[in-house]
Formats: sequence, C-alpha cells, structure tokens
Amino acid sequence: MSIAITTQIICFSVLSLVILIGALGVVLLESIVYSAFLLGGVFMSVAGLYLLLNASFVAAAQVLVYVGAVNVLIIFAIMLVNKKEDLKPISDIKSRRIISTSICLTLLSLLIRVDLTNAWSLSSPQNSIGEESTIRIGEHLFSDYLLPFEVASVLLLMAMIGAIVLARRDVMSKDISTGLPVDQELIEKSSEPLLTNKN
Amino acid sequence: MEYGLDLEYSFNELLKGFGLSSEIAHIIWLPLPMLLVLVAAVIGVLVTVWLERKISAAAQQRIGPEYAGALGVLQPIADGLKLLVKEDIIPDKADGILFTAGPILVLVPVILSWLIVPFGQNLLISNVGIGIFLWIALSSIQPIGLLMSGYASNNKYSLLGGLRAAAQSISYEIPLALSVLAIVLMTNSLSTIDIVNQQNGAGILSWNIWRQPVGFIVFWICALAECERLPFDLPEAEEELVAGYQTEYAGMKFALFYLGSYINLILSALLVSILYLGGWGFPIPVEVIAKVLNLPINAPLIQVFTASIGIVMTVLKAYLLVFIAILLRWTTPRVRIDQLLDLGWKFLLPISLANLLLTAGLKLTFPQFFGG
Repeated sequence: MSIAITTQIICFSVLSLVILIGALGVVLLESIVYSAFLLGGVFMSVAGLYLLLNASFVAAAQVLVYVGAVNVLIIFAIMLVNKKEDLKPISDIKSRRIISTSICLTLLSLLIRVDLTNAWSLSSPQNSIGEESTIRIGEHLFSDYLLPFEVASVLLLMAMIGAIVLARRDVMSKDISTGLPVDQELIEKSSEPLLTNKN
Repeated sequence: MEYGLDLEYSFNELLKGFGLSSEIAHIIWLPLPMLLVLVAAVIGVLVTVWLERKISAAAQQRIGPEYAGALGVLQPIADGLKLLVKEDIIPDKADGILFTAGPILVLVPVILSWLIVPFGQNLLISNVGIGIFLWIALSSIQPIGLLMSGYASNNKYSLLGGLRAAAQSISYEIPLALSVLAIVLMTNSLSTIDIVNQQNGAGILSWNIWRQPVGFIVFWICALAECERLPFDLPEAEEELVAGYQTEYAGMKFALFYLGSYINLILSALLVSILYLGGWGFPIPVEVIAKVLNLPINAPLIQVFTASIGIVMTVLKAYLLVFIAILLRWTTPRVRIDQLLDLGWKFLLPISLANLLLTAGLKLTFPQFFGG
C-alpha cells in the first residue's frame, strides 16, 4: 500500500468519525449554541470529504455557502434572540419520539436500499478530471442543467428584492391597493429612540 | 512562459542522489515550503508591528520605540515575548471550550490562505486550480470564530463586538468577491499564477490596476474592512466597546488574535499586489532586460536574478500597501456602524456589480485588451 493511499484512508476515517459524532451532537446536545457550532464542524468535514474526492471547487463552495453563509446566519440568529426561557414540558413526548424515530428509520432504510441496489459507476484514477472539474461544472450549468440553474437564480433574485423592499421602509409607505398611508408602528417600533420619551 | 527555478524538482533530485525513493523525497520536501511560509508570515508580522509603531509615532510627532535595538527594531519581539509569558486567563463564568477555540478558528483560515500566495513562477506552496476562490471561501470561516469568542466571553461588550465583526465581514465579503470575479473574468482562470502571468506581458502597462481602477479601489476598501483596520475597526472600537470581542482575552490567546489580524493585513496587501499590481513582475519585463543585455532567458544567472527580483517586487508592493494602510489608520476617524453598513450595501455592492457588468461588456468588445 503506497503512502498516498494510507493517508487517504486515515483522512477518510477521521472525517467520517467527525461527521458522525458531530451530527449526533447537533441533535442530542441540550445547548443550542453548541449545536450550531457543531453543525459548522460537520459542514467543514463534508467539505473535507469533497476534497478527498478531488472535487476542490465543490469543497470550497461548500465552505463558502454552508459554513460562511448558512451557519453564520444560524449562529447570528441564535445570538440575537438568546433569551433565557423556561420551556413547558411537552405532554405526549413519548409518542412523538416513537413517531419521529420510525420516520427517520424508514428514511434510513430507503437510503440503504438505494445504496445497495444502485450500480455505482466508480471512476478510475485515469479518467478522473481533478482540477478541470471547475470548467466541467460551468459547462454543465450552461447546457443540460440550464433550467434548474436559471430557476434557482430567479428565486434568489426574488428573495433579494424582497429583502430590499422590507429594508427600505419608504417603499412601503402607501398601501398598494387602497393608496392609504400604511400604519408604520410595527416596523418603526424597533428604531424609535428610547431615551427621548423620558424627559 | 514556463521558466523560473523549480526548487522542488532539484531538491528531489538531490535526495534521490542520496539513494532515497522519490516518494520519501516528496514527503521530506512537503513540510519545507509550509514552514518557510509560516516563518515568512511571522517575520512579516514583526516588521509590520514595528512599522506601525514607528509610522504612528511619526504621524503624531513622537519618536516611538527607540531603546530595544537600533531604532527599536527589537520592540515587536519584546511585545511577543511579553504576551508569551503572560498568564493565560479564562474568566470564571466564560465557556472554556468555545473561549479557547475562538482565536484558533480566527487564525487558522488566515494562515491556510497563504497556500495560494505566489512569490514567483514556482515559488508558492501549491498552485491549486481554485486559487483565489480558496481564499474567499476560507475568509468566510473567520466570522464563526469571532462570534464564538464574543459569545464565550460572557461579556456584553464582547458579544456586541463579535456580532459587529461578523456583520461587517459578511457585508464586505460580497463586493470583495465581485471585484475578484471581474479579474477572474479577464484572466479566464482562478489560479493566482495565471492571474499574475496575464499581467506581465508589457510590464507596468499591463497591470490590472489600469484595466480595473474601480475594482482596485473597491477591493482595497473591502480588504481594509475585512482586516478591521481603522476607518472600519468598529468591532473593537475602544470608546464604545472597550476592546470588542478581545476584551476578556489575555496572554497567548490574545496574541493569536493580534497575530491573526496582522497576518491578515499582510495577506490582503499581498493579494492586492497579485490581483492588481502585477505580483512578482518588475515594471519592465525581465525578458526585455535580458534581450537588451544579450543574455539567454534560461541562463542560470538570469534565473536566480528573476527569482530574487520576483520575491523583492512582491514584498515591496505588499509593504507599500501596508504603509498606506498604516497611514490611513493613524490619520482617519472611525465611521459609525450604520455608515459602515450603508457604505458596504448601498455603495460598494452596486458599484462592484456595475464594474463586473462593464468588465464583461468590455471583454466582449475588446477581447485583446480584456482577455479573450
């Protein structure tokens, strides 16, 4: 066994172990902050797996999107609303747990079945594309995956325009159908200076 | 343009001469460039700290450090030693694990990004295909470390500082990535080597700064904001937040933040010089000089000369930018947080988007000037 293959096996086992333990931690830990940070660790390890598969562009995109955007957003949200709150005990927790376990097990068995029945075409080291994968991804996005790509971009554009409309209140000052001024109290409440009312 | 010294090849040949297999020679070679770059980064930080102290002193008409070595050059080493032997404190109510992991998460991505910084045709750790994209991806990990240390300190100033730092680095990452994208569009490649090679056709005239003046300014502003340098050092604004997310840190953990911010500054300066100022290129192309002197381009002397010129030019350009950053820090006032976010979202983002569109249009119209 050459040194390269040994390194690959060691990396793979460490990464999969981190993914498994991290994912269990995300679900099982009591503290939501720890869960969020562990989720970031899981995303990073998945990026590591992509690197092992010679897909460096996908790995970097994984880090940029999942760690840099999704996970940061989750942590941000948790920290902004980190209110100490006594949660009510849920009454029928036992039956809920049984139902969710059975759903998860069904999904797992479905995945295992796909894994076993599908004839995976393993690429040999000779025809792996490696560094060229970035170009190939681009070609696919603009040929056979054009429609999903465009649909996704339109979706993102809509989300962005929505965010701008929500952020710029002057756009929303009039009701579109009636033309009457909109009650701004709900949006304005947060930005009202608190100190001026006291004196 | 495949010239230049190939140190790895000669090193492997040398070890094979001692009777080692090529695989073992490769394994012995692997840590050497990494160590070299790490040492270079740390020495770069020491030089920058000294420069910062001296230039700030000059800007305020003081003398600055004077007694530690000639002109105080040993002052940064004294600073470092002091931080090294200080007691390592974890506050009683802080979260120990996250408190320790925060600074590490801030520092590691910055050091990893040095992977793609070229000092010459073959003088970089790894010419990875995704090149500059790797740096953009890695720099997006940093906010997590900042949020982590801000939260774990269990201190309201730390938390506010961490949140501000994360908000700032998210907002400035987008114009930064867009201005890099315009360069990538002209180069047809993400690799830093290709980006520099594409600029070195006609010396100083072919540098990207002439073709991307708007991108250059946007990139430089965003890089300063990402480094949390003074016009944008909101996360650690002393008057409002004590020291931001660093408030509770002492000793080596504080040193990690300190080191991280300075390494990041040098890295940003290096990347500006690579993306816009021709990287290792001399203002007059080396081929022209060789032709005038009637020397063959592959002569060993010319090769060594080219390599050393490359390193000197890269470092010189980077330190010129570091000098500008330090001058900016000691002469400009700090912006407010709303001004900072307004600048990022309402000015830099549209400008960099328009720049990207314009670059794409110009590339289609004048393919010979803007990369076909």
